[in-house]
Amino acid sequence: MTDDPDHEEMAATTDGGLATVADEPRAVSDLLSETEAGIAGYNYAYLDEHTKREVRRGVLNAIALPGHQVPFASREMPLARGWGTGGIQTTLSLLGPEDTFKVIDQGSDESINAANIRRLAETTADVETTTDTTDASVIQTRHRIPEEVLTDDQILVLQVPTTDPLRRVDGSDDANRRRHAHKNYSKMWVALYENVVEWGEIQISARYPVMVHDRYLMDPSPIPRWDTSKLNDADSLFLFAAGREARIYAVPPHTDVEPLAFEDRQFQVERFDGKRCHRCASTDTYLTEVTDEDGVTRYACNDASFCEKRIEDPTLSKSHHLDDETVAWGPGTPDPLVDDARRETVLDNGNSSVTEGGDEA
Amino acid sequence: MSLLDAENVTRFYGDVEPCGRCVERTGAEHGRNRCPECGMVVGCADVTLSVESGEVLGIVGESGSGKSSLAEMLALDLAATDGTVAFDAYDGNFLDANYEERVDLQNEHVGMVHQHVGDGLNLEFTGGGNVAEALLAAGWRHFEDVRTRVRDLFEETEVPADRMDDPTSTYSGGMQRRVQIAKAIANDPELVILDEPTTGLDVSVQARVLDMFRRIQREQDVATIVVSHDLGVIRLLADRTVVMRHGRVVETGLTDRVMEDPRHEYTQTLINSVI
Ligand SMILES: Nc1ncnc2c1ncn2[C@@H]1O[C@H](COP(=O)(O)OP(=O)(O)OP(=O)(O)O)[C@@H](O)[C@H]1O
Ligand SMILES: [Mg+2]
Ligand SMILES: [Zn+2]
Repeated sequence: MTDDPDHEEMAATTDGGLATVADEPRAVSDLLSETEAGIAGYNYAYLDEHTKREVRRGVLNAIALPGHQVPFASREMPLARGWGTGGIQTTLSLLGPEDTFKVIDQGSDESINAANIRRLAETTADVETTTDTTDASVIQTRHRIPEEVLTDDQILVLQVPTTDPLRRVDGSDDANRRRHAHKNYSKMWVALYENVVEWGEIQISARYPVMVHDRYLMDPSPIPRWDTSKLNDADSLFLFAAGREARIYAVPPHTDVEPLAFEDRQFQVERFDGKRCHRCASTDTYLTEVTDEDGVTRYACNDASFCEKRIEDPTLSKSHHLDDETVAWGPGTPDPLVDDARRETVLDNGNSSVTEGGDEA
Repeated sequence: MSLLDAENVTRFYGDVEPCGRCVERTGAEHGRNRCPECGMVVGCADVTLSVESGEVLGIVGESGSGKSSLAEMLALDLAATDGTVAFDAYDGNFLDANYEERVDLQNEHVGMVHQHVGDGLNLEFTGGGNVAEALLAAGWRHFEDVRTRVRDLFEETEVPADRMDDPTSTYSGGMQRRVQIAKAIANDPELVILDEPTTGLDVSVQARVLDMFRRIQREQDVATIVVSHDLGVIRLLADRTVVMRHGRVVETGLTDRVMEDPRHEYTQTLINSVI
């Protein structure tokens, strides 16, 4: 239960980024070339109004039952499922001309897939796009929740490869639906128990199962544990959409979201043991290993857009854009004094060789 | 009132429309359990029995006589076709408990040891995980407490505790039976139902499993229904015995009396055939 094959598979497919069947459009870029060639033939925001209404109905149901997986008539998109078709349909159903749209693909705005989804929205829905989290009204994301605090004006649409957390313990969707209906999660607890027996603590890398509003067990999509606590009592709306499985679920603002854990084996976020971003020197962000052309492996902020801001201003807090700068958001929300002191030390030592570019897509 | 009072418990099997006279056309006196009119199989019918607190009730009968059908209905694992059961921990007809009540009753009030191990245990889980499931389902959330209780239950049922983190599929048949018993008693239920607790085990293993259960039963004074086609098992464990044939109860009485002075012709042949 530590890693999800689907997750790996997804990453491979998307990053590999090439069509396997030549005569079928397989990527957003194919969709774009069609759209741009004959834009007049397409409805606003690409999808027809009926489809958008269906998706919105699903979204409303999902908001009414936080954490419950709501079926929706996931449309055949002219691109392979597993490329975020659920997320794209949800996004396109929500966007209006007033919106500002951002796409994150594993923390980056720059992957080909992210750029293409952004361009699709720009072309067909006539929206502004941005890479700045605080400027966006709708953000579609895969595998991350941004480091900067989301507000009540923002919707985060998460792409979901696998909807049901119970599939880890039982492959039968029918049996699992019954378990959800009756809040019968003892099988999941056994899996957690055995996980602790094996590792001494809970070892789940991503897709950490959470209880939503003390009612439904939910898969938060392949976000790191680092991001999981951001779902709890947030100001923003989170929508989770799976095209392949035709399910939408939601965490509305100010919903209790609690990671499953034992009283004496707590939920823990990733530890970076004093590591810092080699670009902006942050110690309070989710770091990933990046190997540069020189073959050296370094740690860098996974949230590329926030990293850029931190390069400009190393003391920028994650809630810098809010009136109240003390909003709790994920782990390591900085204590300004301690953090500033540490960052100054880092910069004095000259350890924070800030490199431009080299961003991993 | 008894701990459990069952009246007219009945179970049909078959996709056919019942003719309405299935019960009167089957049973011990007809020598069949399939209705000649409509083809319905009457797994058991009109079973009336009671279990007192702390008592061990034996159910004995040949293969196909309806013992498992009855046991599973009383453990709320099988829907009844008809019947009323009063149970101490439940208001109303026990057999009508809804899903949530059932999960709760099964976790905390009625422990079942299934004839087929796959019905009672998840063989991919560890043995300890299977026992832990009962505790976790009952709301235990402290890992070390669960661990300690599971280890105690392993010791109680005489399963080597150093095997508790191995997959249940790697256990011997006897160990699997013991783990089922450990799981069944984990939450101190008022009633335990054992369906063929020794079937498929070596004779020497059978005796040790029975001795172990008899000790636990006495120490904890837990009411028990023990189902077996083996008179030896019934004689060893049961205070009172119910004899079934073709889905009906043909005789009920104190075990000693039934064994020494069987009244029903079928019971007589059953006992004579063993001696
Ligand atoms: N799922 C089923 N579908 C159809 N018939 C069934 C089913 N389960 C049991 N029966 C029939 O009901 C009757 C009673 O079966 P049951 O399993 O209750 O008997 P039993 O006394 O436990 O037998 P055994 O000693 O072999 O375990 C048998 O004739 C059996 O074939
Ligand atoms: Mg049986
Ligand atoms: Zn009939």
